[in-house]
Amino acid sequence: MTAMLDIKDLRAYYGQVQALHGLEFHLKEGSMTTLLGANGAGKTTTLRAICNMVRSTGTIEFEGKPLSGKSTENIVRLGIAHVPQGRGTFTTMTVEENLQLGAISRSDRAGIADDVERMYDHFPVLKQRHTQQAGTLSGGEQQMLAVARALMLRPRLMLLDEPSFGLAPLIVRDLFKILGKINREHKVTILVVEQNAQLALELADTAYVIETGRIVMSGSAKDISNNEDVRKSYLGY
Amino acid sequence: MELLTNQILAGIATGAIYACMALAVVMIYQAIDHLNFAQGEMAMFSTFMAWQMMQWGVPYWAAFVLTLILSFIGGIAIERLLFKPLAKAPILTNVAGFIALFAIVNSVAGLIWDFTIKQFPSPFGSAPFLGSQLISTHQAGMIGVTIGLLVLLFLFFRFTRIGLAMRAAATLPESARLVGINTSWMIALGWGMASAIGAIAGLLIAPVVFLEPNMMGGVLIYGFAAAVLGGLSSPLGAVVGGFLVGIFENLVGTYIPGAGNELKLPIALALIVIVLVVKPSGLFGHTVIKRV
Repeated sequence: MTAMLDIKDLRAYYGQVQALHGLEFHLKEGSMTTLLGANGAGKTTTLRAICNMVRSTGTIEFEGKPLSGKSTENIVRLGIAHVPQGRGTFTTMTVEENLQLGAISRSDRAGIADDVERMYDHFPVLKQRHTQQAGTLSGGEQQMLAVARALMLRPRLMLLDEPSFGLAPLIVRDLFKILGKINREHKVTILVVEQNAQLALELADTAYVIETGRIVMSGSAKDISNNEDVRKSYLGY
Repeated sequence: MELLTNQILAGIATGAIYACMALAVVMIYQAIDHLNFAQGEMAMFSTFMAWQMMQWGVPYWAAFVLTLILSFIGGIAIERLLFKPLAKAPILTNVAGFIALFAIVNSVAGLIWDFTIKQFPSPFGSAPFLGSQLISTHQAGMIGVTIGLLVLLFLFFRFTRIGLAMRAAATLPESARLVGINTSWMIALGWGMASAIGAIAGLLIAPVVFLEPNMMGGVLIYGFAAAVLGGLSSPLGAVVGGFLVGIFENLVGTYIPGAGNELKLPIALALIVIVLVVKPSGLFGHTVIKRV
């Protein structure tokens, strides 16, 4: 089986500073993969490079087609949803408008209306608050909204940048349960960058460990979580 | 008392023009965070195009619609050719670009149509409005068109998908790109709309101030005052600011002895300074509610 996303020799730069040094990894269709690493290792940069939000070289192929040279919006339109760090919520707009924006590149009005209802089923709290300004939601609710907004694209691949950031542990559990459900039921391939390694490894099937812009370890999530180095560095026991 | 009512109504009528200019300024400010100093000259050029069409025998309303369409396309063209390449340039480079645009449009209009003043017709006539001596039909028309325009814009931004996409691109460009919005074209669209709105202002004020290449200079300063007063982030604020500035200008001119016409413009400029010092976000500038 060919990889859904195939990344080779990825190098990324912020001005003169090089942040990624020849990163290589791939995602299998339907998988849920986590990218682990310390602060500043290049996790966020990797996600940003996939969507051409940072200057990079190397090849990134999505479903066999190269993404290089494509603008962020055109990459998204191929079916790659990206929930950025800090969630990217349109805080001055209503919850419902945020969902509509998630589907702005689609033109099937009936399908969009159905999907809004489906999101309200997944995330009942969003339904209660659908006319409220998104900036007034709690952090957890905003994260749910960000995930729902990304799903409105009907993505084939979803990139999540630290979805657990700033959330209470119980809410993080809920959120990851929902991500697992999305992965299984909607057949969305997921790549999640996480500081909360324990939870990410519980849920993911594959894991990569990234250090100073290079992949230093890869394998099934189970193997990685049993690895002693990883346990010491990222799991804390 | 009648003098007061009369001055207020006349103020609302000219305020309508300031409101349109402020609206155009706010549209572009929202999209690119710069004030378009050439907004008035673009409006003047649009008005000359309409005048030229009418000289060629095109009926008023046909010329009106054609002018709006051409202005819309022209606004997009200016953005694509001049300001898109400057998108990542420093502020001063953009300011220089606006000043250049101002000078170029002004001179080209003078070259084509010369600097002598020209009569410009009003589609509403100048009879007393509904038999009242307080306000003319043209003044009533200016108010009506502005309010109609505001309602249309509100509906556009509130209820259409393209309007939603434009708002998203203006507030959070990066997030907008991440949902697949081509933010660059949204900016161009904003320019087109601002240019068309400015054209409406020009067409409505030309019968009052007469048509000539410098006709919009003062009007644009009042438009800036209105936009700042209402809050540069709020289209509704721009319109309310426009009406307030119009009324204020007329009352000062009438009731403050010695102020007269000479001091009207400095008063508008003073208003800009006062608002920026006392309440920089303006009357309607929104405070974003944030929770983390």
